[in-house]
Amino acid sequence: MHPVLSTVLQRLGLGVVTLFFVSLIIFSSIQLLPGDFGEAVLGQAALPETIEAFRKELGLDQPAWKRYINWVASVMTGDLGTSFSGRASSGIDRSRAVVDLVAPRLWNTLFLASMAAVIAVPLSLILGVTAALYRNSFYDRSVNAATLTTISFPEFFVAYILIVVLASLWPLFPSLANVTETMSFTERVYKCALPALTLTLVIVAHMMRMTRASIINLLASPYIEMAQLKGASRSKVILKHALPNAWAPIATVIAFNLAYLVVGVVVVEVVFVYPGVGQLMVDAVSSRDIPVVQACALIFAGTYIILNLIADVIGIVTNPRLLHPR
Amino acid sequence: MSTDPESRGTKGDILLEMRDIEIDGFSDERWHDIIKGVDLTLRRGEVMGLIGESGAGKSTLGKAAMGFAQPGCRIKGGTINFDGIDLRAASESQKRGLWGSRIAYVAQSAAASFNPAHRLIEQTVEATVGHDIQTEAEAKADARELYASLQLPDPDTIGDRYPHQVSGGQLQRIMTAMAMSPRPDLIIFDEPTTALDVTTQVEVLVAMRDIVDRFNTAAIYITHDLAVVAQMADFIKVLRYGEEVEQAETRKMLAEPEQDYTKSLWSVRALEKPEVKGNDIVLSIDGVDAAYGNSVKVLHDVSINIPRGRTVAVVGESGSGKSTTARVITGLLPQLKGDIVFNGEVLPKVLKDRNKDQLRRIQMIYQMADTAMNPRQTVAEIIGRPLDFYHGMTGAKRDNRIVELLEMIELDESFMDRLPSELSGGQKQRICIARALAAEPDIIICDEVTSALDQIVQEGILRLLLRLQKEFNITYLFITHDIAVVQAISDEIVVMFQGEVVEQGLKSEILSPPHPDYTQLLLSSVPEMDPDWLDRLVAERAEA
Repeated sequence: MHPVLSTVLQRLGLGVVTLFFVSLIIFSSIQLLPGDFGEAVLGQAALPETIEAFRKELGLDQPAWKRYINWVASVMTGDLGTSFSGRASSGIDRSRAVVDLVAPRLWNTLFLASMAAVIAVPLSLILGVTAALYRNSFYDRSVNAATLTTISFPEFFVAYILIVVLASLWPLFPSLANVTETMSFTERVYKCALPALTLTLVIVAHMMRMTRASIINLLASPYIEMAQLKGASRSKVILKHALPNAWAPIATVIAFNLAYLVVGVVVVEVVFVYPGVGQLMVDAVSSRDIPVVQACALIFAGTYIILNLIADVIGIVTNPRLLHPR
Repeated sequence: MSTDPESRGTKGDILLEMRDIEIDGFSDERWHDIIKGVDLTLRRGEVMGLIGESGAGKSTLGKAAMGFAQPGCRIKGGTINFDGIDLRAASESQKRGLWGSRIAYVAQSAAASFNPAHRLIEQTVEATVGHDIQTEAEAKADARELYASLQLPDPDTIGDRYPHQVSGGQLQRIMTAMAMSPRPDLIIFDEPTTALDVTTQVEVLVAMRDIVDRFNTAAIYITHDLAVVAQMADFIKVLRYGEEVEQAETRKMLAEPEQDYTKSLWSVRALEKPEVKGNDIVLSIDGVDAAYGNSVKVLHDVSINIPRGRTVAVVGESGSGKSTTARVITGLLPQLKGDIVFNGEVLPKVLKDRNKDQLRRIQMIYQMADTAMNPRQTVAEIIGRPLDFYHGMTGAKRDNRIVELLEMIELDESFMDRLPSELSGGQKQRICIARALAAEPDIIICDEVTSALDQIVQEGILRLLLRLQKEFNITYLFITHDIAVVQAISDEIVVMFQGEVVEQGLKSEILSPPHPDYTQLLLSSVPEMDPDWLDRLVAERAEA
């Protein structure tokens, strides 16, 4: 079997195993949350009988292992369950499927993440390569200093600074990113400009510095000196001789940062009132809406697994030793 | 482009002239002299040999001939005139125009000097195409012809492979093709065969010499091996500490070197120990098979007997199973079949099943003394560890013993507090020897212990090992690919090839004919200090 294929299959298999362990951890940590949904909804004054009936309706009276098996079984059929909220004591069931709750939020999150990635990845690659090319120059130092500065501030602080500068002093972009499903693409992009910019500033430093470091690390290789002694120009040495050998570590860092864009942006969502998965999950945790929390956590875990798988594949495809075995 | 030798001037015109070159290198926070005022004149079609120990500045001077200063070096003074172009005044882009078109470079380690990410032929023609000397199609067709004339297998397709897919000797020849592709006026060969086995070295030397002859290219051939340079060069310049020792025409230099230093360069070949037969077998390897993981076997039914107090040299090219044999003996690689019998008892296969006394009695010294020592431990800690571990020595008793051991290896107690980074290559290897001695072993396995050292330092280490053997009746299993070293130190020789023992016997038996085929090939491939050796060898092999 081709090494790329076997590695992909192997990593996919490992991914499934990881996902299984993650589901166990998610489920058991949710058991550790204090209080329960019944009490949270019905209030402390509720009669114990009422709470008991409510718990029974939601299936919370079942033992934990049974609930876990039910959950895993339905997730495998694509059913993430039904949200707990909306089942108010009124007796009318207005609850929604978790999929319906999560899907539009996930779409919003992916939109914002992609927008940030489309700006940040090329930007950090260009900055990293040029910084390596002109290393120890004034340019290199400025880029390093600037990106380090932006990563050193908490993201909400960067967000507020951007709001002050780009939404208040010079009102170029809206300070609220309250997108709706009916919005046109361009309007969405416009609304998302500031959150995307915030995220870009937060992740560029990491990717840029890794690009720079991986390239500089290779510049001491004998084959780089050989390329110089063959009369290759500085940019050709970097782009043709160093960069192709530097992709594996760069891809890993990019994957890590892209995963962060999906799972770690709740603070930025809150600042810009952006309806993403992060906020949904935080709300669900505070209202003990267990099915939603579990679904979000699973999606986050899946995102990490898939992005790291892609980084591994890039690592293999760009390594001729693995791509073309002897 | 000028493929016609006539168009590039006749042999005899001065091509490269370097005057009073001074080069500085930056280390330990300050600038040091590396080259101190060396002159160099090279005419068209001439091959100059540049020899000296490591640190003599050979490579630095070779690269300076291209107007190139390595990172951390600067050309401080002197003039470099290449065919009318002042390389010191030339701009970077002017020099880039020359590099890879009129001046080419062949590096020591072809394996490290080819970019792993690109196919070989792309790299072969890169400079030629990049300098618009030929179109890509022309250059590739020419490269395939060069591959063929360098006797590479499958010359039409070998270029489509990646560097890791061909052997070291092939890579070195492809690198020669790469240098030759733009038909340069000058090639700098920087230790091009040092990393190769002797058997492979012969092929590469022949290939390089023929192609340099054919295109009447001038070359600077840098090496520390006088016998190799004798085959390649018209004249030889000897460098030491960045200064010229002497320069002479090759035959004259070999026949009557003027300077003591030059004479001492091949002194190791003068070191020879009379062989002594031994009958008391201390360790015997009996029908051992071994493999790494589940892959193919690397040792096939290996049997070796090692007499007490003697030196058994194991020779063979890389991949012959020499080091694997050492790993089996030490228990690092448990054998699949067969036994290791040590002092009359069968040793447990696995390292962790052996007791402390068995561990103590078998010690190892490695090729790279650098990586065999913890860089953060002082010499006293390094030598003191086995004293504490095997003999339970502590405090003043231990310190006294460390001083004794340092004296045995001809160092003194001032070394106790030094770190490995503060020692020279030879001193590091001596510390490794002291560490092995500290255990008071019966047998020391020496794995290429002198390969990374210069000849003069080598000789010192070999003399030390011989003296220690005499004093303490230590047995050595000496793994090496260097026949000169074997001659100097061994009583018995084991020849290995592809994981099998070809023959074992007393030095005098193995080194004198008749030989099995492989031993013959190995012995005849060892370069001799005779400028006609390569020609003779090629002629002999053509007849056979």
